[in-house]
Amino acid sequence: MSILWILLILFVGGVVAWISEAINKQLPRWLALSSVILAMLPLVSLMDGGDDISSAWLSSLNTAWIPSLGIQFSLAVDGLSLLLIGLTGFLGIISIASAWEEINSRVGFFYFNLLWTLAGVVGVFTAVDLFLFFFFWEVMLIPMYFIIAIWGHENRKYAATKFFLFTQATGMLLLMSLLGLAYFNWKATGVLSFAYEDLLAVDLAGDVERWLMLGFFVAFATKLPSVPFHSWLPDAHSQAPTAGSVLLAGVLLKTGAYGLIRFTLPLFPNASSEFTPVALTLAVISILYCAKLALAQTDLKRLIAYTSVSHMGFVLLGIYAWNLIGLQGAVMTMLAHGLSAAALFSLAGGLQGRLHTRDLRKMGGFWLASPKMAVTAMFFSIAALGMPGLGNFVGEFLSLLGVFSVSVSAAAIAALGMILAAVYSLWVMQAVFQGESTATSGLQDLNRREMLAYGAMMFGLLVMGFFPNLFLVFSDSAISGLLSLDQLVAVAKGRW
Amino acid sequence: MFDSLGLLPFLPFLGFLILFLSGGGLPRRIVAVVGAGSIGLAFLQALLLALPVIENDSLVSQQVIYSWMSVGEFESKFGLYLDGLSSVMILVITGVGFLIHLYSTGFMRDDPSYSRFFAIMNLFVSSMLVLVLADNLLLLYLGWEGVGLCSYLLIGFWYSNPSNGYAARKAFVTTRVGDTSMAIGLLLLFTQLGSLNIEELMNGAETQWGLGSGYAVAASLLLLGGAVGKSAQLPLQTWLPDAMAGPTPISALIHAATMVTAGVYLIARTHTLFELAPDVQLLVAFIGLATLLMAGFTAMTQRDIKRILAYSTISQIGYMFLGLGVGAWSASVFHLMTHAFFKALLFLAAGTVILSLHHEHDIFKMGGKRKQLPIAFASFMIGSLALAAFPFTSGYFSKDEILLAALAIEGPGLWLWIGGVVGAFFTGIYSFRLVFVVFFGESADHHDDKEVTGFTMAFPLMVLMVFALLGGFIHPPTDFVFSVEEAHSEHSVSTLIHAIMIAVPLAGIGVSYLFYGARLWSADRLLEYSLAKKLHGYWFSGWGFDALYRGLFIKPLLGLADLNRRDFIDSIVATIVAVSEAGNGLLVRFQSGSLRWYVLSVVGGVAILLTLGGLL
Repeated sequence: MSILWILLILFVGGVVAWISEAINKQLPRWLALSSVILAMLPLVSLMDGGDDISSAWLSSLNTAWIPSLGIQFSLAVDGLSLLLIGLTGFLGIISIASAWEEINSRVGFFYFNLLWTLAGVVGVFTAVDLFLFFFFWEVMLIPMYFIIAIWGHENRKYAATKFFLFTQATGMLLLMSLLGLAYFNWKATGVLSFAYEDLLAVDLAGDVERWLMLGFFVAFATKLPSVPFHSWLPDAHSQAPTAGSVLLAGVLLKTGAYGLIRFTLPLFPNASSEFTPVALTLAVISILYCAKLALAQTDLKRLIAYTSVSHMGFVLLGIYAWNLIGLQGAVMTMLAHGLSAAALFSLAGGLQGRLHTRDLRKMGGFWLASPKMAVTAMFFSIAALGMPGLGNFVGEFLSLLGVFSVSVSAAAIAALGMILAAVYSLWVMQAVFQGESTATSGLQDLNRREMLAYGAMMFGLLVMGFFPNLFLVFSDSAISGLLSLDQLVAVAKGRW
Repeated sequence: MFDSLGLLPFLPFLGFLILFLSGGGLPRRIVAVVGAGSIGLAFLQALLLALPVIENDSLVSQQVIYSWMSVGEFESKFGLYLDGLSSVMILVITGVGFLIHLYSTGFMRDDPSYSRFFAIMNLFVSSMLVLVLADNLLLLYLGWEGVGLCSYLLIGFWYSNPSNGYAARKAFVTTRVGDTSMAIGLLLLFTQLGSLNIEELMNGAETQWGLGSGYAVAASLLLLGGAVGKSAQLPLQTWLPDAMAGPTPISALIHAATMVTAGVYLIARTHTLFELAPDVQLLVAFIGLATLLMAGFTAMTQRDIKRILAYSTISQIGYMFLGLGVGAWSASVFHLMTHAFFKALLFLAAGTVILSLHHEHDIFKMGGKRKQLPIAFASFMIGSLALAAFPFTSGYFSKDEILLAALAIEGPGLWLWIGGVVGAFFTGIYSFRLVFVVFFGESADHHDDKEVTGFTMAFPLMVLMVFALLGGFIHPPTDFVFSVEEAHSEHSVSTLIHAIMIAVPLAGIGVSYLFYGARLWSADRLLEYSLAKKLHGYWFSGWGFDALYRGLFIKPLLGLADLNRRDFIDSIVATIVAVSEAGNGLLVRFQSGSLRWYVLSVVGGVAILLTLGGLL
């Protein structure tokens, strides 16, 4: 039941926040904040039930929804979803904090969209009926579209449309694939069902499996994103308001990775296994190509967006390692990148709010005037370039370690991304904070609210970096469970 | 509590935390006490920990603090390990480190970012201690990257000058190239041997991989990549001279005494692995030889006092690599230690010179300063004698051991020895060129400047002078670690060899005297020959490596970035959209602003489906 509570609080909180604008313009943000905090409380009880962490699902809920079509409203949580819901809640609070002063028009509707996006994401992380999953996939998309289109920057319409088109077009592929999957299950068993457990058992012919897998893969790889489906992201990020960027980079991208782990691999083990060389190649290209693109950017948010794609390449890499180490690396990278990218986008948003530009060429020498901001930015840049002791390193190292036993060349080439990450991260630090003070350097330093938000994220990354086991424990059973599915074991045996 | 290994890196870390969290709000006196005091305490504890090991070098203590990360069969513990080798290292790091911190309290007294300076210095010492105490390679890598970060932050300490920022980035990125190689080495080692614990790795390599096995060659080459980056050896040496942009105490601590020798430590620590790959080990020797000669040539042509010392550091680490390459593990560590004494001394004395002469770096604008700067003069005399391996100074003993070990190996031994001796000749020239130009002859400039001194700056110099002179009589307790037999090979060496090794550095000093002391010969006159001029230009630029790398890596990368600034994949997508727009009325309608209609239709569709479900 507790999963339902999380969803309900977010959905209802969104509506209430919207309505409350009529009473007071300050009210929606407070209501939004308290809704997210309240929604996270059931999570604690879920974590408590962690004695039985070895069982596949920590908690589940199942009621008929559209029985005639075999569609059920069924939600379930395992360690993996638990971690990602935790991340969603944490970054939900951060995004509200970063919207606190930035959003001044149609405040109620803004927080409605924000909470509904969060609800959609939580739904995605918990749905175990594929149709329901698709429903949440859409729910998460539309409010995010509004956030970019209404509260975005100068070119928001274009960016929002691009975001929508990419996600919607590939969402259609996902829908067709899952309908196809249900159809083949119905043909084989005579039962129409969208339930995850049922569909896991479908035996597909080689070609059918390949095509259906591709539909899932493309939808998730677009969300992740991976080259060549990435080009919506820089536009969406540069145009979105800060809170939108935080959610996009921190949480929405992770739904793509989650989809790959939860659905693509176990539903289509043979086809996915065949596909491994392609996926690893895409991952390596994403890492290097987007790192290289980041080097050429002058728009700070575009730059960070490209680095995001680059880092998500490590997630893709870890997933297609097909082993516990690689997948756990992917999970750690998701969590750590969630925090570091959210913080970097938030800093870029803070700079834009103060300077009214994202152009790197107009920045420089801000350290003197705003040392706290400079040190904060240094911290997250260092995290992004993979400094041991911070979460990102754990994730990327484990991903590489997992892949190395599968493909030495993929791991070795991907590792070159660590050099490029150092190049662009430190270059940005110098371009923005070091060097001679410029005319605009009378920059206001971080205030208490901002320090609190960044402090929390720094703490999170340090804990992930020094005590990754605290997190890995949760996903361990989920990933091990996944890898011990009969189909996967068979595939893995055949391969390696 | 004081026998806890974990406390040792924690003390400086605590200092860092206090200084960092106070955000520069503490008074200078407190900052100095916290900054230098934490290292002083660490030194006392290091003594306590190391003394038993010095008495009995087979003693090993270990402490596992917690399990850092574990996934499936992979586990890395936060485990510390103290043996003879790490005992030498912790004493050098905290001992020399403390003296440099003490010196810095005076040197940096007028700097507005006093607290930031000590915060990063403390973090550096803490990371360096983790590096040398780590019982597994992943934890070592944590310290390894940590010291790299601190080095970056301190080279770019005066960030308002863009060229300092550039030097800092250059240092970080260049060493990152090596670090990445090392990281891949870690991946290989774990995948093949199932552990990253150094002891288990070495045992595993010995039992599972034979002599000259491909895995041993690959793994040792990859680790060597990390070592040449950190220790500024060919081909990754280019960052160190530019790293001199940082405050001078940084150069003394990080870029002379400790961090740059981490590569030497890494190879010494994993020497079993290198012994399994004799070709790679020989490569280490040749890298060392090439680097020590290359840097020796360059040091003779530099004008900037700190750059001379930087190239000298590169050259001296070249000797350590030479030693490692010929299996003289103990001798290399011995030279690492004596080098830490005399090079820290030289750098700190250079700091005094620079500070006293209002940030003058050009030695040819100094001259005749021996009366004006007596303490710096004494330091430079002693430091340079040790550097040039003048008999019975500390550098003499350690360099001697390395060269004799080189001579003793079969095959290329004689060539390695000759190269090393030629390098010693250069060392004599460049070290005393500096002394003669700065402290003798006519005063060129800065006539009235007084020596900046005071207890905090003078005391460390005095202590280091003593160690630079007499440090050669300390025998590092590493015989057990490297399984060295008591019998040294010295007996078999002829007196002729000994005579050459004593005479050559003296000859170098003599040549230097003729050029720069007595001024009977003139380097300027030599430069009138076009060949000499060309060579000089070549050497002065560090053999043109910067230009080479700029052409080979930086320009192509930037060009590539420039060429595809707008991401051609996005253009393809845009083209697809444009094409379908032209042919598809639906998309045209979409583009013409009825997007909201589309969104509504999707929402509506979902809603209808839901109601439908309800009805059915």
